[in-house]
Amino acid sequence: MLEVRGLSRRFGGVRAVRGIDLDVPAGAIVALIGPNGAGKTTSFAAIAGFVRPDSGSVRLDGTDIIGWPPERIALAGMVRTFQITQPFAGLTVAENIRIGAFLRESHRNAATRLARELGTELGLGAWLDRPAAALTVAGRKRLELARALAARPRLLLLDEVMAGLTPTEVNETVALVRGVRGRGATILLTEHVMQAVTALADRVYVMAEGAMIAQGTPREIAVDQRVVEAYLGKGAAARIADG
Amino acid sequence: MTRGLWIALATLALLPFASHSQFVANLAMLTAISAALGQAWNIAGGFGGLTSFGHVAFFGLGAYADAILQTRYGFTPWLGLPAAALLGGGVGWLMGLATFRAGLRGSYFALVTLAFAEAFRILANSIGITGGGSGILVKLHTSAGNFQFADRRAGYAAALALLALATFAARRLAVGRFGAYLMAVRENEDAARALGVRAVRVKSAALALSGALTALGGVLYVQSYLYIDPPTAFSVERSVEMLLVAMIGGAGTVAGPLLGALAVHAIADTTRSLVATPGVAPMLYGVVLLLIIGFLPGGIARFVTRPAHA
Ligand SMILES: Nc1ncnc2c1ncn2[C@@H]1O[C@H](COP(=O)(O)OP(=O)(O)OP(=O)(O)O)[C@@H](O)[C@H]1O
Ligand SMILES: [Mg+2]
Repeated sequence: MLEVRGLSRRFGGVRAVRGIDLDVPAGAIVALIGPNGAGKTTSFAAIAGFVRPDSGSVRLDGTDIIGWPPERIALAGMVRTFQITQPFAGLTVAENIRIGAFLRESHRNAATRLARELGTELGLGAWLDRPAAALTVAGRKRLELARALAARPRLLLLDEVMAGLTPTEVNETVALVRGVRGRGATILLTEHVMQAVTALADRVYVMAEGAMIAQGTPREIAVDQRVVEAYLGKGAAARIADG
Repeated sequence: MTRGLWIALATLALLPFASHSQFVANLAMLTAISAALGQAWNIAGGFGGLTSFGHVAFFGLGAYADAILQTRYGFTPWLGLPAAALLGGGVGWLMGLATFRAGLRGSYFALVTLAFAEAFRILANSIGITGGGSGILVKLHTSAGNFQFADRRAGYAAALALLALATFAARRLAVGRFGAYLMAVRENEDAARALGVRAVRVKSAALALSGALTALGGVLYVQSYLYIDPPTAFSVERSVEMLLVAMIGGAGTVAGPLLGALAVHAIADTTRSLVATPGVAPMLYGVVLLLIIGFLPGGIARFVTRPAHA
């Protein structure tokens, strides 16, 4: 469904993303992991049209979408969330979610109903009529997710929606993401919460310093020497093996 | 509470019809035009956060469109109304596309609108079709077909009709999809675009709607005073008044500009009648307005209606 080839982007001297390849088959849950600053968010931004890549191609259902503005990509069915949450601060939580709902539901009462149902389902029921600015950090993460889900995406890009959640909330969110896939959506997510990655992902891609260093099933990745080193430093895998 | 407010406003709006005083009717008309222009500004500036310092550009375009079509081409002002709305809307749309595509926002956008209005003033001053600096005089011939009325109360009724139209548009924005998109773009453009909102198009459409309504205000002005010249058509003061009326009353609220126009006119007239020393009245007026902005940052409407999340 999503096919990324040779995607690159630099910021001044920083090569944030260096020629990565990535495939997300329809119906799959794919995780993109890597240490802080690896280039995950930049990759998402480039895929979703927020950052123009220096080179490479991004195909959505076979169509090259490089150069498309983000709104066009969203209309084509790919919706992203923001790691640094971006609420419509002056609008209520329900109004925030409704903006997402309006993408596929132009009737305002139906959009309102959908927004309130979804908000309640994601544990924002008590907050629906309060301004989004009043939400806690965890609440904002949920709002990001709710807004994106309300847009009924075919391909959902989740940028660390579980950061800062309690273990119980992580479990709830894992179940929720599974449910979304169950309803036919495809998901690409970044996550530092490994438990969530293992529980959800069919396939895992690992980035470090802008490059794609490994890919495989969660099980394969967990024992991959390059991955361990990327997270813990050079020689770590050997040190661990030595005890 | 909100319902009570609207009943009170509607009752107040009807009162001047009971009076035979042309002075009262004139005052009522000026207040209604202020409210209508404030509401038109509010659609772009309040709901869309497109803070314009040069909205008078649309007012002047509408005024000139009407005056020129009548005096040069013998059109009835009844056709001047749609022509002005089309012109104001078209210019708003193009101006939106040009500035928003270039990524202009906030104070940059405000300055561009200000420059825009100035450019129109200079243009009106220098070309022939506008009569240059001497302006355009519309022949006095009161009749309904001519949209000229001997009784000021008819002019007031026309101003109320425009106010009702602008307020209806604002009300639609407050409840519907387009308005929701507009407010989303105001609050966070990137987040809105991520959810499929065509930000440039939404903002341009809001500016077009606002421009069309503002241009209609220009027509009403010409039909009431039968004269237009560049300083009147494109005065910075009128731009500022539109913005003040909306902000004092509550930018981004439906009732705001109505309350704002009442407040601004009440304050201006009270200060003027209380102090005779020249120059003191405008100062006092300014101080009172600043106090309102300082103590009621959301405007009077948010104070009066107290929404659930205030
Ligand atoms: N707008 C920008 N301007 C300059 N440098 C940037 C910008 N965005 C990202 N970078 C740099 O690019 C690199 C990759 O950042 P990115 O946010 O994509 O990493 P990440 O994998 O998402 O990290 P994290 O796990 O902390 O979210 C970092 O070195 C970062 O400082
Ligand atoms: Mg990131």
